[in-house]
Amino acid sequence: MPEGQRARPQPTPETMHFWEGTKAGELRLQRCNACRKVYFPPRPFCPHCASREVSVFRASGKARLYSYVIHHRPVPGFTPPYAIAVVELDEGPRLMTNIVDCPQTPEALVLDMPVEVAFEKMDDEITLPLFRPAKR
Amino acid sequence: MKPKSIAIVGAAETTELGRIPNLSQIGLHADAALNAMKDAGIGPKDIDGIATAGETPVTIAHYLGITPKWVDGTAVGGCSFMIHVRHAAAALESGLCKTVLITHGESGRSGIARSRPAVSPGSLAGQFELPYGPMGPPTLFTIPVLRYMKTYGITEEHLATVAVVQREWAAKNPRATFRDPITVEDVLNSRMIAYPFRLLMCCLVTDGGGALILTTADRAKDFPTKPVYLVGTGESVETPMVSQMEDFTSSRAFRVAGAKAFEEAGITHKDVDHLMIYDAFAHLPIYGLEDLGFCEKGEAAAFIGERNTAPGGKLPLNTNGGGLSYMHSGMYGMYALQESVRQMRHTAPAQVPGAKLSVCHGVGGMFAASGTIIMTNEG
Repeated sequence: MPEGQRARPQPTPETMHFWEGTKAGELRLQRCNACRKVYFPPRPFCPHCASREVSVFRASGKARLYSYVIHHRPVPGFTPPYAIAVVELDEGPRLMTNIVDCPQTPEALVLDMPVEVAFEKMDDEITLPLFRPAKR
Repeated sequence: MKPKSIAIVGAAETTELGRIPNLSQIGLHADAALNAMKDAGIGPKDIDGIATAGETPVTIAHYLGITPKWVDGTAVGGCSFMIHVRHAAAALESGLCKTVLITHGESGRSGIARSRPAVSPGSLAGQFELPYGPMGPPTLFTIPVLRYMKTYGITEEHLATVAVVQREWAAKNPRATFRDPITVEDVLNSRMIAYPFRLLMCCLVTDGGGALILTTADRAKDFPTKPVYLVGTGESVETPMVSQMEDFTSSRAFRVAGAKAFEEAGITHKDVDHLMIYDAFAHLPIYGLEDLGFCEKGEAAAFIGERNTAPGGKLPLNTNGGGLSYMHSGMYGMYALQESVRQMRHTAPAQVPGAKLSVCHGVGGMFAASGTIIMTNEG
């Protein structure tokens, strides 16, 4: 088991829907009602057209591995080496995450491989959206 | 900015670089500032504008005994000083003040009274990046690179070559921290930090500081130093989270700042005799060469590999040895500016013969911000 605990996110009023979503097993994104663009990270307005008319929707949870590094030094909550990854969601936005159920090696972590969200409960309030190789 | 209307008339680094156990962070600011004032032949009462990052301008003005009429505390990471130069030029040109001091000091290695902003767990980075285990720049600045490598087919050997070439420049510089030659094999055999980045692809961590003094071109003639004139400046910011960069193979902030500086200067790339690109990690010169327009997309690694930026090459780059071999306190932009000034004064240890035009390009945060300064020694 790794020592310590990973950094804990602190939800804010503008991001609460995201963290309530992960707790409920949903990856929630936002879409602008005016220009229809999907965006991340959460905010109560559209970063493309500044409209405040935006909706929250459940994303597919499907993504591809976009880029990463494999960190070789210890960090609380992690056992090195471990990958810090960015995935590109099918809906467009990219987000930082970790890749689980997969060796943390360049050979196993192939760019553009399909991945899917895997929720990991941190405590009663916070569940993190991690990703694992997609089931064929 | 009107080209050549503003000049750098004082420039100096701290007396020592590397490990400075007898100075705290403000002491490093002050040591550099005193050296720059001596270089310019003026004192604190002659300075009426101040800009700094890392410490507040309040702290530095008071510590040095300066009563400013113009203040800039822009703090966007290591390129803050390029942006200070740009802001100072605008302030001087419009008459807000007459003589500006820009200071940097950072006890990066010894950590004496060093200020490091903590990431709040409720900030966007605190919510959407920090939980996934990044530990500072080696794990964040580097994240886009595998995407670049796949897109353009460059290899770890290409990244290693950047460090090897910069060590060649450092070998010519008595003040450089690392001067012994290294090979691609040495780099690829150095300790893995964050794949694909090995130790020798990452910048140093040292103590140091630097300071600049600027005034209008008409007043510059009264100073004892050879004026170095500003011909173009640019700045921009993109995102506080590297995961949210628009394009993992290119920095928007680089492109915006660089294009603006070149447009202001009215120069073309072939006019450039000397180039500095802030190299916190080995991929920065590659992104910089492309985003500033010196190379086509995907071609910068080969350009470096073909020795165009090495000693004797057509585009001397990071001639002090860079953040990879010269020094890197944390916010390296000031040292890049100092080397551009030395090259324009023709006092650099690895002087580019006859250099007349220098481009100095900085990055702040993890591709978060950028500043570009173009300078010349021709009035």
